[in-house]
Amino acid sequence: MRIRCGIALLAAGSLLLAATACAEEEPVDEPVADEVVDAPELDDPEAAEYDVMEPPAEGDAVEVFTWWTAGGEAEGLAAMVEVFNAEYPEYTFVNAAVAGGAGTAARAVLASRLAAGDPPSSWQGHAGAELIGTYVVAGQLEPLNFLFEEEGWLDVLPEAIIPQISEDGNIYSVPVNIHRANILWHLPEQLDEFGVEVPTTWEEFFTVADELDAQGVIPLALGEAWTVMHLFETVLLGTMDVATYDGLWDGTTDWSGPEVAEAIEVFDRVLEYTNPDAPTLSWDQATQLVIDGDAAFNIMGDWAAGYFGAQGLEPGEGGYGWAPVPGTDGVFQWLSDSFVLPVDAHNRDGAIAWLRVAGSREGQDAFNPIKGSIPARTDGDRSLYDEYLLSAMEDWETDEVTGSLAHGTVASDAFKSEIDTSIGLYLSDGDTAAFQDALVSACTSAGPC
Amino acid sequence: MSRDRLTAAAMIAPSVILVGIFVYGFIAWSARVSMSDWQGLIPSYNFVGLENFTQLILHDRRFFIGIRNTGVFSLVFLGGAIVLGLLLAIMLDRKLPAEGFFRSVFLFPMAVSFIVTGVAWRWLMNPALGSRMSGLNLLFDRLGLDFLVNQWHMNPPPWGMAFIGIPALWQMTGFAMALFLAGLRSIPEDLREAARVDGASEFQLYRRVIIPLLRPAVLSVVIILGHISLKIFDLIIAMTGRQVALDVPAIYMWTTTFDANNFNRGAAIGLLLLVSVAILVVPYLWYSRRQEAEL
Repeated sequence: MRIRCGIALLAAGSLLLAATACAEEEPVDEPVADEVVDAPELDDPEAAEYDVMEPPAEGDAVEVFTWWTAGGEAEGLAAMVEVFNAEYPEYTFVNAAVAGGAGTAARAVLASRLAAGDPPSSWQGHAGAELIGTYVVAGQLEPLNFLFEEEGWLDVLPEAIIPQISEDGNIYSVPVNIHRANILWHLPEQLDEFGVEVPTTWEEFFTVADELDAQGVIPLALGEAWTVMHLFETVLLGTMDVATYDGLWDGTTDWSGPEVAEAIEVFDRVLEYTNPDAPTLSWDQATQLVIDGDAAFNIMGDWAAGYFGAQGLEPGEGGYGWAPVPGTDGVFQWLSDSFVLPVDAHNRDGAIAWLRVAGSREGQDAFNPIKGSIPARTDGDRSLYDEYLLSAMEDWETDEVTGSLAHGTVASDAFKSEIDTSIGLYLSDGDTAAFQDALVSACTSAGPC
Repeated sequence: MSRDRLTAAAMIAPSVILVGIFVYGFIAWSARVSMSDWQGLIPSYNFVGLENFTQLILHDRRFFIGIRNTGVFSLVFLGGAIVLGLLLAIMLDRKLPAEGFFRSVFLFPMAVSFIVTGVAWRWLMNPALGSRMSGLNLLFDRLGLDFLVNQWHMNPPPWGMAFIGIPALWQMTGFAMALFLAGLRSIPEDLREAARVDGASEFQLYRRVIIPLLRPAVLSVVIILGHISLKIFDLIIAMTGRQVALDVPAIYMWTTTFDANNFNRGAAIGLLLLVSVAILVVPYLWYSRRQEAEL
């Protein structure tokens, strides 16, 4: 009998443990959600009269759907909502955020709401082909050209990104932030210890990688499947010029051609210099390998700057360093979160008001320093951003810009998913020729070819 | 019809209607979608016949890997559960002291979900080497069993998949043991005594008398674990994320439906899964119904 009780206690204990472990994640979004919904009361003296229990009147509510539920993302959103409430006190912001890895869960919820004919007033989506290939072709978004003209956004956004967020001359989303994908992260002091320099071409990278390999250091830290696609897109960009790279996504560059073959060859060699346990690591665990000194470099988007910061490292000498991925100097491979205007939006005027804030200098300067990204506009207030973000803002203004594959800018969901499968098949059998064939058929079956 | 029968029909009508719509209706609807060209958010029901199926079965390398992985996984999982479950059951049946304690210990892993098992074993089977070694590899290394240190499920395909069977075995072997133990206990003591009187050794007793009598229990284990094995999804997601090398049809179905909006292909995979499970389960249901009728 005593043994039974002991076992029962053990079992109960482990269940409790599991419950608390699960609970850790949950509360994160709750306070944030409260904060956002309550925000009008803080800023607007009239708001104090509102009955807290009373739901906002149908006509006033602006329901915005995002997957920003935790950390800097949620805080950045709250800051932008404050700007919104100050400028448009007649509307009530309703936060319809859904938690879950980079929007995978949120997008399934959104799809079912759209299927039920109940779209939110506005929602977050990766600017570019991801929105266009999924929602525009389904006729669910309104063009926003009128808003871009009224607000003069065409003058403050880099000219080259407009075609990348448009379809048939219609602009479909308001980019609120910009991230850069093609960054090679490292710790400058650590590189001095290893006795290597930051490579600027892939040939240099291989020389450096051999030296690191000989010292028992992982040359390039890599993580799970999507980070491999992230690496692949930067290798594509690093081995061909921007026009050829852009051509991959509109069908003018031949996937079966020598440029892609060369990229695959380089990619194949690069993978030999990565950690064999990559598939079991998340992106931040891969970045951690650099911080721990197990690896020298990591290729990741510039949200990694936020991770280095959270680990107590400062940008620059003595902290963390960054450089364009080999072969991509002078090119800014971008991705962006943006907001859209659905056809038949609830409270269309309120939704447009939200978009005006999302595209405004004040809105973007409230959101981005906290989220750790740069404003899509080139006229952001430089005093608000840290050293890394300042350098990114400069590059955003001067560099050639082109879109990211892994983050939805250049390829539709269907095309991207086929490319993901091709990469996965290649990783499982290492057959480069079959890899290129698979990419060619991905472009024919789901892409623009 | 008598009043009784009418009442009975009225009582079961709601559930018949609900099951009819929400199970069989949706199976029919999935079948329809699987023969359509529906890709993207807008439903489209143009009939394309069996094209989605032939595409999957004949041309889709990822689907082929999924099938192969399911095969490797099922072999390890079912084979292991039968052998280990039988061994444990026989040992417990030998009137072990503290039998109840051991029975509970072996059954406990069943209480956690595959997600929890997957997360725990993801740590245990961490393939990192050198200074970052952890989990079982570290244990082996410290115990001087270096030759056991390996890449686990990161081994090149198809053998990496076999290691995914280990956590599944850890979780479900106890269940197989419980079924076998029930089977063993239902074998009358007279039969054993009779065999012993006839001069059978203990080994012969098990080999010739007891194990053949356990055939219904083996069948139950194969059916119940077999359909889990064909539909396995959560354990693999928790352990490996989404790698094509360790893909199974259920994961492919999810990815292609919700990431790529290929609803037709997703429905086709779903239907193939349904058919494969039906091939396993339906004859069993048939067989057990006939047996009941005989009784």
